[in-house]
Amino acid sequence: MIEPFLDLLQYRFFTNALLASVFTSISCGIIGTYIVSRRLVFISGGITHASFGGIGIGYFFGFNPLASATLFAVISALGIEFLSKKADVREDSLIGIFWSFGMALGIIFIFMAPGYAPNLMGYLFGSLLTVSHADIGMMAVLTIVVSGFFIIFYKVILFISFDQEYAKTHKAPVQLINYLLISLVAATIVISIRVAGIILVISLLTIPQTIANMFTRKFGNIMVFSVLFAFLGTFAGLMVSYYYNIPSGASIIMSLVFAFVIAKLLSILVTSLRVRTAYLNETGRPNNK
Amino acid sequence: MGRIVELKNVSAGYAGEIVLREVSLVVNDNDFIGIIGPNGGGKTTLLRVILGLVRPYRGSVIFFNGNAHVSGDIIGYLPQISRIDARFPISVTDVVLSGLMSKQGIPGRYSGKQKKLAEELLARMGIYGIRKKVIGELSGGQLQRVYLCRAIISSPRLLMLDEPNTFVDTRFETDFYGILKELNKDMAIIVVSHDVGTITWYVKTIACVNGNLHYHPYSTITQDQLAAYNCPIQIITHGDVPHTVLETHKR
Repeated sequence: MIEPFLDLLQYRFFTNALLASVFTSISCGIIGTYIVSRRLVFISGGITHASFGGIGIGYFFGFNPLASATLFAVISALGIEFLSKKADVREDSLIGIFWSFGMALGIIFIFMAPGYAPNLMGYLFGSLLTVSHADIGMMAVLTIVVSGFFIIFYKVILFISFDQEYAKTHKAPVQLINYLLISLVAATIVISIRVAGIILVISLLTIPQTIANMFTRKFGNIMVFSVLFAFLGTFAGLMVSYYYNIPSGASIIMSLVFAFVIAKLLSILVTSLRVRTAYLNETGRPNNK
Repeated sequence: MGRIVELKNVSAGYAGEIVLREVSLVVNDNDFIGIIGPNGGGKTTLLRVILGLVRPYRGSVIFFNGNAHVSGDIIGYLPQISRIDARFPISVTDVVLSGLMSKQGIPGRYSGKQKKLAEELLARMGIYGIRKKVIGELSGGQLQRVYLCRAIISSPRLLMLDEPNTFVDTRFETDFYGILKELNKDMAIIVVSHDVGTITWYVKTIACVNGNLHYHPYSTITQDQLAAYNCPIQIITHGDVPHTVLETHKR
């Protein structure tokens, strides 16, 4: 097992994919914990799909699609956040509007772009094995920004996420932090599109957190464990993808779901053992109902 | 005995709808005011105005330190429990420490001294044993005490509680009000409740809020006094009925 793996490390595309997995796991583990804790999964889905508009614009005008997608996603995220507060439109309705608007815009621009759109499937379904150096550079920068932001502002992020109104009574910069965080959410989503694709990326932001949440219930711990599970899932998916020639996005998600099922069974087993032991300790006889 | 906050002819509400009309109230050190009134009468809005979460359409809210006007950074607040996401992954100690947010500054960690203060408070409330649990594992009564610890850890001059008896069983409730009475030696307290029967045993004065505010400067309120204010206690105790009754307040 070890030796073929060491051989793989000699390939540039494979080390690139491995580096991309590490960076994506760190930023998705952290940002995903914020998303899940604050129940922002739906807005994250909206931002993900809205970013397709940016990809279309990139194709049409000849920019790097990921760069224009990042810009477009951040603007959509800030737009949803701002309009739901100021324009008296319900947030979930706004999300629905941005979600479909971005997709429609993307389809129109890609249709109008001259010639064939290369890598389009890669953006929709992810293609970890073709990440470029530029992609990895962007991932590294984002990972540093996200980790730095959460390390420095951990306490205030935790408190604002937990109880915004209470934080406001303490004159905390609630709105500013919310805007910064939703921008980081948008940037993380777009950067991770290279790994899992627009259609699957939400799983990288939710499944590792759900697994981590089975074993620990504290915000900081969930972050650390999520990074770990995200990397295990991505790595396993990468190997499966390479050896069985399956699209990497799908194999990563399948590994994560597989890990989720195993973890769930494990946690059910542990709970029932714990109850049995407690019962035994209290009554001195086994629980046979 | 200093003045803490004064509301002068405050009108406030949401989205153009006025909930509070021309309300005036003075809160002094060591006051213990019970706020009663029907649902939708503006009890919570009144608290939110004092907290600075709702900006009044008209009138002013002035905070005092001696004779000087100051900004209102002196309030401990216990919101309605149902308003908080009880499944959020945060530990009891962290919740209590969040009450020091404004004193601590934005970046950085809490000092050992501050953590010790939080643990002492938890011990004082009889819930030291649960300090490492996450809030999702607590009962309503425990949760209530955790939020009380958060509200008082900064030693505020004014403590405001919104419906603190909603999720607390009767045995806990007696305890809880005992704790409030103790705290009242150090800080003024405003408690919002629909349960007049219980709070009149503890508060010093009563304010009836139903659009406008009627201040009763009595330590307890008797059946006759309530009747004189057209504010029958039996009806208020049972929830939604009193709207029409309380609207006929004589000022």
